[in-house]
Amino acid sequence: MSRNIHIKQRPAVIGAGLTLFRRRMLETPKELAWIAAKQALDEAGLSLKDIDCIVIGSAPDTFDGVHMKGEYLADGAGGVGKPTMRVYVGGATGVMVPIAAWWHVASGHCNTVLAVAEEKMSNADTPHPQAVFRYIWDPVTEVPLQPNLIWIFAMEMHRYMYKCGARKEDIALVSVKNKRNALDHPAAQIAANITVDDVLKSEVLVWPVQLLDISPVSDGAAAFVVASEDIARRQTDTPVWIDGVGWALDTTSWTNRDLAFPEYANVAAQMAYRMADITNPRKEIDVAEVYDPFDYKELHHMEGLELAKKCEAPKLTKEGVTQRDGDLPVNPSGGLLGVGNPIAAAGTMKVAEIYWQLAGKAGRRQVKKPVYTGLAHAWGDLMQASTVVIMRV
Amino acid sequence: MSRVAVIGIGWYGFRPVVEDASFRELMFEAAARAYEDAGGLNPRTDVDAFVSCQEDLWEGIAIADEFAPEPIGGALKPVFTTSGDGLQCVANAYMMIKTGQFDVVVAESHAKPSDIINMHDVMLFAMDPLTVRTINTPNYHALAALEAQAYMSRYNVSRETLAHVVVKDKRNALYNDRASFGANLTIDEVLSLPYSVSPLTKLDIAPFVDASVVVVLASEDVARRHTDTPVWIDGIHWITEDPSLEFHNWEFPVHAMRAAEAAYKMAGIQDPIKELHFAEVDSRYSFKELQFIEALKLAPIGEAHKLLLEGAFDRDGLFPVNPSGGALGEGVPLEVHGLARLVDAVLQLRSEAGRMQLSRAERAIVHSWRGLPTTTSVVAVLSR
Repeated sequence: MSRNIHIKQRPAVIGAGLTLFRRRMLETPKELAWIAAKQALDEAGLSLKDIDCIVIGSAPDTFDGVHMKGEYLADGAGGVGKPTMRVYVGGATGVMVPIAAWWHVASGHCNTVLAVAEEKMSNADTPHPQAVFRYIWDPVTEVPLQPNLIWIFAMEMHRYMYKCGARKEDIALVSVKNKRNALDHPAAQIAANITVDDVLKSEVLVWPVQLLDISPVSDGAAAFVVASEDIARRQTDTPVWIDGVGWALDTTSWTNRDLAFPEYANVAAQMAYRMADITNPRKEIDVAEVYDPFDYKELHHMEGLELAKKCEAPKLTKEGVTQRDGDLPVNPSGGLLGVGNPIAAAGTMKVAEIYWQLAGKAGRRQVKKPVYTGLAHAWGDLMQASTVVIMRV
Repeated sequence: MSRVAVIGIGWYGFRPVVEDASFRELMFEAAARAYEDAGGLNPRTDVDAFVSCQEDLWEGIAIADEFAPEPIGGALKPVFTTSGDGLQCVANAYMMIKTGQFDVVVAESHAKPSDIINMHDVMLFAMDPLTVRTINTPNYHALAALEAQAYMSRYNVSRETLAHVVVKDKRNALYNDRASFGANLTIDEVLSLPYSVSPLTKLDIAPFVDASVVVVLASEDVARRHTDTPVWIDGIHWITEDPSLEFHNWEFPVHAMRAAEAAYKMAGIQDPIKELHFAEVDSRYSFKELQFIEALKLAPIGEAHKLLLEGAFDRDGLFPVNPSGGALGEGVPLEVHGLARLVDAVLQLRSEAGRMQLSRAERAIVHSWRGLPTTTSVVAVLSR
């Protein structure tokens, strides 16, 4: 891969929007998408007629219960009579959206992109939307075993704890931190002031995964506007540039992987770091939104992204490094554990948070130290996909 | 700015039922052929990114993207899915190469409709759950039939003209190695069939086929290293008109026209009929071919049926349309359809189309529509 030296137009995020993240929202998926899209347009000071292209992100069609969900969402996302593209990498979709928006603009094909991610999980299936995950497995070798998604994460968590000597108490700190951070987030679904003890006493789902280790079922949408350099400079004094993108998809055979270290996250991060010319991520990244559908996953991913050495993340968390006033704030928004997890929209919420943090618009969530470079990350599929963007002011 | 070229194509299947291969094996077969066609490319080292075009409900897997990497050699590399027509994957690959960050990008799509036992229910799920799905139309082709009625009455197009489209495409398909539905029919044979949904008979509706296509795209300098016969993408664009069936134009596919206008602009084409040599357009329904001919500005609006009867769009006519037989002759492999049109055009442009080779093929337009109930079209201008 050649080094990027001739990007035609440098893309910047100039506005973002978010719906409330809640279970059982009454709005239709289209309406959710438009609420977030309108906010993003308003912040960018643009109207729909200024938008050249639309990028849509949404995870399994089965959640919303619509086949060809990208087509269905098109008008809600502003895509009437416009080029509309839906990208999809399972749970990692939320950060694939800015990556696709990046190349829409960087290639010169579009000058402005409205990127919208939406997910409405709560009415997917009974008794629980989790049932959708019965259909994600290999239809020949795995579906007959009737696996449950939490099982494989329990295996991964166990493996990580064993390999790194991490204790449940150490991991629970992530849940405590994120849910507390989310108290300052106006869209948050499950913000709370809890203790490590509360996590350890919560209901066991699949040992060692307990109820407070895991993100909830959510409905919601998130959106942002990406523009080329000249438009970005005209619209705002604080454009946030997308300087690096990276993503990777590992083998489908999750059983053959090293569960203790997310190699795919590392490959994706390396790609983004190379592009953004980052050689020491731990020093050069000021704030990170790391995908945290489970509390151990934040630690796991920090190590994959080289924000911590292998097995070092629990220690950093314990020392308070990842707190909002720490040296490397991680998930200052409250993440999926605090704000909620409408799959694709959750990843895009992270991109929006990094945008707001870098633009100095995060309000009560603004991290203490000055921030110039941020990272957003999402993860998905069968524990195999990662998407990463590096943003700068 | 570097141009973008198609340097390799590979396909497998194009049969009503491919029994000998699973969908992953289909992908592998097409990929292996495409890499060989691109001059012996090694996907593990020579390819920068992979784009896969598929839809969950076609696959029967909730996150079908999981199965994309291995069969095409993409494990632990940048792979992602676009939920769209294969040509939208090509559009993504095109933009990625244009950024200068990627040199070689692979676009893939596969389909196994023969595995789908409840196609009608899947189609109902593609409709708005509140407004359209609840109508519970007993035959989803009815939506196309309504469009056909609107088009035919607006522009005074006769039922015989639609039969002409069927006869032309099925005859063209006899020259195409991939086509399963070639036939030498007469107009009367088409007209004598009962309606499936008026005004469409069984022969007016393209059948499904299992297939997979892999396309290798590269930037100009890399393309020159790999092949002597690059096919350039001069322009590509895609448009979604309006997902609400209630509000979209029933008489005319505005989406295809807008996409074509943008693609022509990129390619610097003023007068398509003079500057291009042939077209591969979507013909999932016979009347759609006429509509799309007009939308792509290959005939004045409402005039395509007259030109068709004069033989303008025949293989040896003024401007051949679907010399491969199109969807009516080759079948519809779901999201692969756009790539199938691309493969047919690329073979023509390389002069490798065998018995279906046209005498003049230097610049072409390919078009795909995503089928019912969508209003999304993708258009690409290709040249030798």
